[in-house]
Amino acid sequence: MIGQLGEGAKFIAGGQSLIPLLKLRFANPEHLVDLNFIPGTSFIKEDSVALRFGAMTRHAEIERSTLAQKIPLLHDCAAGIADVQVRNRGTIGGSLAEADPSGDWANALITLDTTVRCLGRKGARAIDLRDFIKDAYTTALEHDEVVTELEVKIPPPGSGGAYLAFKRSAPVYPSASVAVQLTLADDTCQNAAIALGCVGLTAIRATEAETALRGKNLNDETIAAAAEAARAAADPQPDMRGSADYKRQLVVALVKRAIQIAARRARGEQVEGAHLYA
Amino acid sequence: MPEAAAVEKIAVNINVNGKAYSRQVEPRMLLVEFVREACDLTGTHVGCDTTYCGACTVLMNGLAVKSCTMFAVQADGSEITTVEGLEKGGKLHPIQKAFGDSYGLQCGYCTPGLMLSAHQLLSENPEPNEKEIRKAIAGNTCRCTGYMNIFKAIELAGRNMKGA
Repeated sequence: MIGQLGEGAKFIAGGQSLIPLLKLRFANPEHLVDLNFIPGTSFIKEDSVALRFGAMTRHAEIERSTLAQKIPLLHDCAAGIADVQVRNRGTIGGSLAEADPSGDWANALITLDTTVRCLGRKGARAIDLRDFIKDAYTTALEHDEVVTELEVKIPPPGSGGAYLAFKRSAPVYPSASVAVQLTLADDTCQNAAIALGCVGLTAIRATEAETALRGKNLNDETIAAAAEAARAAADPQPDMRGSADYKRQLVVALVKRAIQIAARRARGEQVEGAHLYA
Repeated sequence: MPEAAAVEKIAVNINVNGKAYSRQVEPRMLLVEFVREACDLTGTHVGCDTTYCGACTVLMNGLAVKSCTMFAVQADGSEITTVEGLEKGGKLHPIQKAFGDSYGLQCGYCTPGLMLSAHQLLSENPEPNEKEIRKAIAGNTCRCTGYMNIFKAIELAGRNMKGA
């Protein structure tokens, strides 16, 4: 159908980012193709190696899912997106396809092994999330392609993660957000993935910060070194949410806090993670 | 200004507060415009029109949604509850009564949206604590009350609904 309608047509999923953009005339499609009435596109499933999310699964469904809690940072992310009303409508697939630099899902999922399954006229394909997000509001999707499913590998035993976003109030995009996924053996960090959101055109993997933790014991010193490396990796723009320096300082604080929560979870503790409000 | 081309209208059937409304609407019509203009139910308010304030909150199949951030055609076949649907047989819903009894409103502009967010919360959790109430109404902005009496109203409504 989107092929018949031509280049002026666009898909709409939950619409919680797209409809505000339409009102601002930032997007001006001639036609919208609504994905909401297609059955079988909203699900959360588990197989031996991965959790699978249908593209039209609402944030609220992930927030409520006990299955999704197997990877705690997914629950952190889902439960903190905007507010109840937006979580009831907004979808995980739509969030990735929109690729808003301030969106939550891309930043959370990029710390995990995530595959984006897509379908278009040429058939189905699977894209690593790191190759899927190209730039602000730009993905690897062809015009006639939709996201059908996200496949998130279940991390190895001894892993824990956390997603923290700092927001001025619930409905707004975060001023900065941080995702941390760790794998520990005793107190040594075997592996670390750290991503920063809202402080660049896409989510940024803070690879130097990851290196600062890998193979080390987690203590105040190594955590501070990782947080400083994350500050250097952030590339924020000053805007109504704060100056660039303020956002870098936020990144430092969020990285420290997220590492601590992730480490406690990796050791098997139940820790409630919540987004932070000004 | 050249005259805009006539837009093809689409038939929608939406059940609002238990009553079926069948209308021909432009695809771009927002759900809040459908409720206010096509159904003439003006209790649902437009506050910010930017998905922020929650004044336009209605229930769609029992879940709170911002009706300024959905097209009417997307609600085709669904059940919508607006503030007008809370009252039954001339009797205020316990949530409405509690907002009055607890002074949970001042100007009243945000109140319909807040009551519908409270409705979703209390139907899932009749005894919410303050943290749960805060989370449930985080998408509803009130510029008068400071929220404290709204928390009290929602707690009271929960107690009264449980006792009912």
